[in-house]
Amino acid sequence: MIIATSRAYSYFPGCSLTATNRAYDVSTRSVADVLGVQLSELEDWNCCGATAYLPIREKRSFVLSARNLAIAERQGRDLATICNACYVVLRKTNKYMAEDRRLHDEVRGALKAGGMDYRGTVRVRHFLEIVVNDLGEDAVRSRVKRDLSGLKVACYSGCQLSRPFDDIDDAEFPKIMERLVGWLGAEVAAFPLGAKCCGGLTMTTAPDTGQLLTGKILKGAKERGADCVATACPLCQINLEAYQEKVGEVVGADCHVPVLYFTQLMGSAFGLKPKALALGDSLTPVEALLAEKVSAS
Amino acid sequence: MKQSEAKQLSEELLANVYALPKGEKIKECIQCGTCSASCPSSAAMEYSPREIIAALRAGMLDRVLNANTVWMCVSCYSCTVRCPAGIPFTDVMYELKRLEVDKGLSKGSNGAAMATAFAETVDKYGRNVETKLLQNYFLRTNPLKALPQVPLAMKLFFKGRLELFGRKIKGLSGLRKMLAAIEENGRK
Repeated sequence: MIIATSRAYSYFPGCSLTATNRAYDVSTRSVADVLGVQLSELEDWNCCGATAYLPIREKRSFVLSARNLAIAERQGRDLATICNACYVVLRKTNKYMAEDRRLHDEVRGALKAGGMDYRGTVRVRHFLEIVVNDLGEDAVRSRVKRDLSGLKVACYSGCQLSRPFDDIDDAEFPKIMERLVGWLGAEVAAFPLGAKCCGGLTMTTAPDTGQLLTGKILKGAKERGADCVATACPLCQINLEAYQEKVGEVVGADCHVPVLYFTQLMGSAFGLKPKALALGDSLTPVEALLAEKVSAS
Repeated sequence: MKQSEAKQLSEELLANVYALPKGEKIKECIQCGTCSASCPSSAAMEYSPREIIAALRAGMLDRVLNANTVWMCVSCYSCTVRCPAGIPFTDVMYELKRLEVDKGLSKGSNGAAMATAFAETVDKYGRNVETKLLQNYFLRTNPLKALPQVPLAMKLFFKGRLELFGRKIKGLSGLRKMLAAIEENGRK
């Protein structure tokens, strides 16, 4: 029996989800449909500021986030995001505005100059956490149509899902994605590097560092026998999937392993077609792996 | 840089840090080095996080800013969650980055070039447009370094993953008014 769920959230895709990482957006919308979750995209959203605007102007970065929060406040629902950087920056803006009266007044004043306001009532959520905490095990398990038991998954949630705010999970060893992957029926690899940093933008700005950090993660996943790595952040995804040959040379190990979003894994378990999950967008052989390891149950 | 200037720079930064939520915790640093040991990129830094705080206290911040140090921070918040004194060190790093950019001490830094290119792209479109960001970044640093990226760009292009033309958000003029208004309250 399928457990009925009917929930609605405002949805903030984030800039990279419109192009480079559109598969994450496509697969998220598809699995939300299956789960009976309504995601209403924020109208005319803007960049949250990410980690790259903060080192230039802190308050401007907070205004960028606050404009999105203001739009979400009008809709009166929790704001769902799927990018770890958006997640942390939107939450940081919320928290700092709540704790710092002066910042709060300045940011609100700035919003008003552009005809908006934000009272601070929006809760920012990661879609992964919504699935696990709001919908739960039965809702997920009851929709699984295919057998994933032959697939061993290294769960890589990245750094900013549980840091610096560790209210949804352990800051160092988050288990939230592992729980979900277990519900989907896949085998969870014993993988302790799930919240280590992939290197983020250093893959471009300081490649020696970025390649080493990404290499350690991929090498670790392979050593623990993972068939694939599941991600929850667009920047982690591109770092892990696009430079495997090079980072393999850096860490002296074979780093070729399929990398996919946790939403693509969910959709695959739910029996969705590859197109509904944009599996063809992948730079690693995700589609071939799932065709081989996932069968009708 | 003269000793007096360096001292002034350290004081300016400390004042900004104290203004952060939990920023005053920096006074309670016990130099245990947990931050440096937790940092995934400290091996690539000329001065590690623990040393940065030591330099700050000694009024020798200029050394840290001139080194290839602060832009190696990947913003993973490992130091912040592990610090036994509760210092939000990732936020301190952001303060250091801003100070570097403001004082023009970040010339030749790829990290600063990336952040500057990012802010310019967002200011122009209201969103980040990755192709525009990377064009801007490589023009600021070394355009030849873009060449090794071409094969990846081609792969992404054929998969429809490259946004070639940036689209501006509809409310861009309103957003610009907001950004101008916050700027009036100080440049930070």
